[in-house]
Amino acid sequence: MMTAPDRIPALPAEEHERRQRRAASAVPALWDLLDGVKDPEIPVISLWELGVLQDIEQRGETVVVTITPTYSGCPAMTVMAEDVVAALQAAGHEQVLVESRLSPAWSTSWMTAAAQDKLRDWGIAPPGCGSADVAAVILCPRCGSEDLRKLSEFGSTACKALYQCNSCAEPFDYFKPI
Amino acid sequence: MNASNANEAVLQYAVRLGDDALILGHRLSEWCSNAPFLEEDLALTNVALDYIGRARMFYSYAAELSGDGRSEDSFAYLRDCREFTNLLLHELPRGDFAFTMARQYLVDEYALAFMQALQDSTDPRLAGIAAKAVKESTYHLRRSRDWVLRLGDGTEESHRRLQSALDDLWGYTDELFEPDALETALVEAGIAVDSAALRPAWDTAVRATLDEATVAVPAGDWSVRGGRQGVHTESLGHLLSELQFMQRAYPGLQW
Repeated sequence: MMTAPDRIPALPAEEHERRQRRAASAVPALWDLLDGVKDPEIPVISLWELGVLQDIEQRGETVVVTITPTYSGCPAMTVMAEDVVAALQAAGHEQVLVESRLSPAWSTSWMTAAAQDKLRDWGIAPPGCGSADVAAVILCPRCGSEDLRKLSEFGSTACKALYQCNSCAEPFDYFKPI
Repeated sequence: MNASNANEAVLQYAVRLGDDALILGHRLSEWCSNAPFLEEDLALTNVALDYIGRARMFYSYAAELSGDGRSEDSFAYLRDCREFTNLLLHELPRGDFAFTMARQYLVDEYALAFMQALQDSTDPRLAGIAAKAVKESTYHLRRSRDWVLRLGDGTEESHRRLQSALDDLWGYTDELFEPDALETALVEAGIAVDSAALRPAWDTAVRATLDEATVAVPAGDWSVRGGRQGVHTESLGHLLSELQFMQRAYPGLQW
């Protein structure tokens, strides 16, 4: 009997390219170093896993890090850039430039499956493979129930909505697919 | 348009879109700690953040185009009322919750269609900002439309307040669809959105929502304009006096 995979491993083209950039990078150690920089609001996933970290290059003496903002006004973006600079400087890279790239626009579909699992373990329902137009299946991160109600289209940050589980009564954040 | 004129035209276009976003974002931010309940407080301020972020992206682009050392802050904090070119609808005082949500719905229907069209701009930076904005406005519209329905067919009081808000807002909507010379020139160059072309779809969508919400489409027997020319309602000055206070009192202040 065939069993359906629990995730369809389709990868958007821009995410494939991002992974290629890392795989082919001339400075793999810097990528590994920045794996230590986490989302300030969700300290279990790194900027790489979140899909924010786009590229790292050595230009002369300067390390140039390219990041893509999640939401236009997300205050965490400033903290992320500061944390990237701090991590690189602590490792002896004095000159660091963080550049922001708008296009292609950030998408939750760039988030790795492992990162989605970490979100769930942290108590946040992951975005799955939905988009802003098509909602994905949402499950309570605590008990797995599908019997939920939406409390608000926006949660504690712009990237999340607020839900409550009707089965176990847990209120939780849902990382909105965009 | 020659190259330097084109540069200046795109700069002005980016500034007006930044002005729209900043002023509405500020109005929404005024609800912080004042919303009817906690979830709405979070939602209104999150939408405010999206708009303020949008303003920063447009202003940063304008600052780069200026090449004269201006920054995003120069545009936000160091211009006076007459230099702001936002559409008047965005600057009206926040009013009650029904007024805020009715305005937001009218803006969201417009903003989503506008940003969808701007994604096709031949200017890659404007197209990039629009692609981010489309995703955010999709969520904004879903929520504001829900509220219009909920208030319209809610209680007698919520219905009355929503109807009154729409009646007060309606005359400010014509301006959304009236391109001026700058916009027309940029439309021809494939850079700007032809806002007049957005009207039929906006009309259809808004009328359908108001019908479903059991409120009347206002008569449309008055209409004001002037935002794009820097001619504003008296409320913009009051807004700016608060928005710009820190930079005016402590010039060059940085956080």
